[in-house]
Amino acid sequence: MIGQVPDAKGRYGDFGGRFVPETLMNALIELEQSYLKYSADEEFNAELNNLLQQYSGRETPLYYAKRLTEHFGGAKIYLKREDLNHTGAHKINNALGQGLLAVRMGKKKVIAETGAGQHGVATATVAALLGLECKVFMGEEDMQRQQLNVFRMKLLGAEVVPVLSGTKTLKDAGNEALRYWVSHVHDTFYILGSAVGPHPYPLMVRNFQRVIGDETRRQILETEGRLPDTIVAAVGGGSNAIGMFYPFVHDEDVKFVGVEAAGKGIDTPLHAATMTLGTKGVFQGSMSYLLQDEYGQVQPAHSISAGLDYPGVGPEHSYLKDIKRAQYVPITDEEALDALKLLCRTEGIIPALESAHALAQAGKIAPELGSDKLLIVCLSGRGDKDVESIMAYEKKEGGDGQ
Amino acid sequence: MKQPNLMNRVAMNHNAAEGLSADAVHTSSVSGNSNLPNLIEETFQRIRKSDGTALIPFLTVGDPDIETTLEIIEHLEQAGADVLELGVPYSDPLADGPVIQRASSRALQQLITVRTCLDVASKARARGVKMPFVLFTYYNPVLQMGLDDFFAEASKNEISGLIIPDLPHEEAEEMRERADRVNIALIPLIAPTSIERIGRILDHGRGFVYCVSSLGVTGERASFHEGVDAFIRDVRSRTDLPVAVGFGISSREQVERFSELCDGVVVGSAIVRTIESLISDLMNADRREDALLQIREFVAELKV
Repeated sequence: MIGQVPDAKGRYGDFGGRFVPETLMNALIELEQSYLKYSADEEFNAELNNLLQQYSGRETPLYYAKRLTEHFGGAKIYLKREDLNHTGAHKINNALGQGLLAVRMGKKKVIAETGAGQHGVATATVAALLGLECKVFMGEEDMQRQQLNVFRMKLLGAEVVPVLSGTKTLKDAGNEALRYWVSHVHDTFYILGSAVGPHPYPLMVRNFQRVIGDETRRQILETEGRLPDTIVAAVGGGSNAIGMFYPFVHDEDVKFVGVEAAGKGIDTPLHAATMTLGTKGVFQGSMSYLLQDEYGQVQPAHSISAGLDYPGVGPEHSYLKDIKRAQYVPITDEEALDALKLLCRTEGIIPALESAHALAQAGKIAPELGSDKLLIVCLSGRGDKDVESIMAYEKKEGGDGQ
Repeated sequence: MKQPNLMNRVAMNHNAAEGLSADAVHTSSVSGNSNLPNLIEETFQRIRKSDGTALIPFLTVGDPDIETTLEIIEHLEQAGADVLELGVPYSDPLADGPVIQRASSRALQQLITVRTCLDVASKARARGVKMPFVLFTYYNPVLQMGLDDFFAEASKNEISGLIIPDLPHEEAEEMRERADRVNIALIPLIAPTSIERIGRILDHGRGFVYCVSSLGVTGERASFHEGVDAFIRDVRSRTDLPVAVGFGISSREQVERFSELCDGVVVGSAIVRTIESLISDLMNADRREDALLQIREFVAELKV
């Protein structure tokens, strides 16, 4: 049986905690108190649920992917269609929650970090909706990879701040957002986009994302009259995965598979396989698994998917791994691209590259399971944003989209 | 005018053997006793007796290389430095502004590790540098070295104090206990936003208390947090520990301004930037001596 996590110190077993500069400590404590207060507040929850329904279009369907199921020839595959959310990914669930919290706390300015740009777009959207001033920190390399999302954020009235430090990707955007927050902590709310960072962020993000798993649980019980056998979700920081897994955590017959990015392969230096190859360390405010060298320097990650291109992972995932409640496996750039194309052709759905990692793993698991088994894949986002980088990849690798 | 020093500020070290050499302190500290005199505490006692202000420079070890760092350290002491912060370069320095971020990247290209930094402390001591060394490091490099190994090596290598900017009070218990056992002071940071946390942090402070002058990361700035004077006075009135102020202090004028209020002033980015601006000279045999003298003059100008 799994204990209640996190504890009062924001610990998930050995993981989590609050490793930040002293300047931020009171802000985090205040955030925790406000979150605990409003998450139990009926009016707050009614407003959030109303926005999730009327603004974002929830609930999202749990779609039986018949042709994909037939293609793999095994377990019955359902897709949780988070890609059908407003702004095209699960990120809006959390951005709405934190945005409403910012308003309750009297903050008029919000900041966010973004990798693929999905969380940046979600935050810019929520800021526009709630009349908040918004700055999004984004690595310069990601701005190149995700020009469409950069433009979307600007259209929505947000300022996109290019991050030139380090590897110029998600981890550096996170560092820069934290540095900015230290300087503007008195009037700025940091809308953190993944289930990472110092306590209470991993808890708060999980709880704002658990709507994915709560709906899925209800939907599969309605449709199939029973719980699924396996749930697969992509893990960068891990917000869609933890939101999907958490409501099933005590259903011990439901297997969890988290899929991380193997990039060019886990036997190369170009990967983001934090769970497969990482070790325990403190990074961006919490203890978790981390890609680092023996001296504790954080190693750059690599993935074709900007959203998975991250050397850390949420502390609750590290905990689920250590207690063996969840399994984490790597999928390469190429496997993910193949899965993306397959879903386009079998179901007419262009998935995000992040979600395509989960689909690729589903393709490995499904044939091993009997046709009486149920497999759910969290389709965390849609792939429109990735079309340009797929074109670039195909050009470089000599493919033609076939 | 400076607040008069409280008589009991140094009471804990009343029986400290005067004239005990740094080596003797460290040898005897192996048995583990936080009541033994620590070089930082001795330094501040001396400074308080003369109603002075400690000048606490910071540099990133290995920027641009180890030998240059060692020579800069000697010049810093000659320029009047009283305590030295040895910065361990880190890939993701959250609390640092662009100047120290750049220095960290340069040093990492030299493959500088925690061990290298500890080694620099002993080597500087062997070259006759007398001031106490405070290791400024993010938590993860220390964790990966292993805490047993780290504290054994740190106490062997002339480290008197430790500043870990991403290890707040609540997460610091084990580090504090281990540091106490080898007579190393885990120096706490206090920010203008700490408010009711100040008391708790001070209760466990050792060596000195590091007050952060303003909200934000390290780096030079024209203005400080508006309530900074009241903040420092408040902290100082509540502790017997020496109080140092840092983050953003870069000129003699600013050092003078803060020296009225506290026992020590930390200057980091301004020195690191000076080193950065002289790198090509430091790497040139003909111009090296002159560049070292320029660094020394810059720091001497900060000594009040």
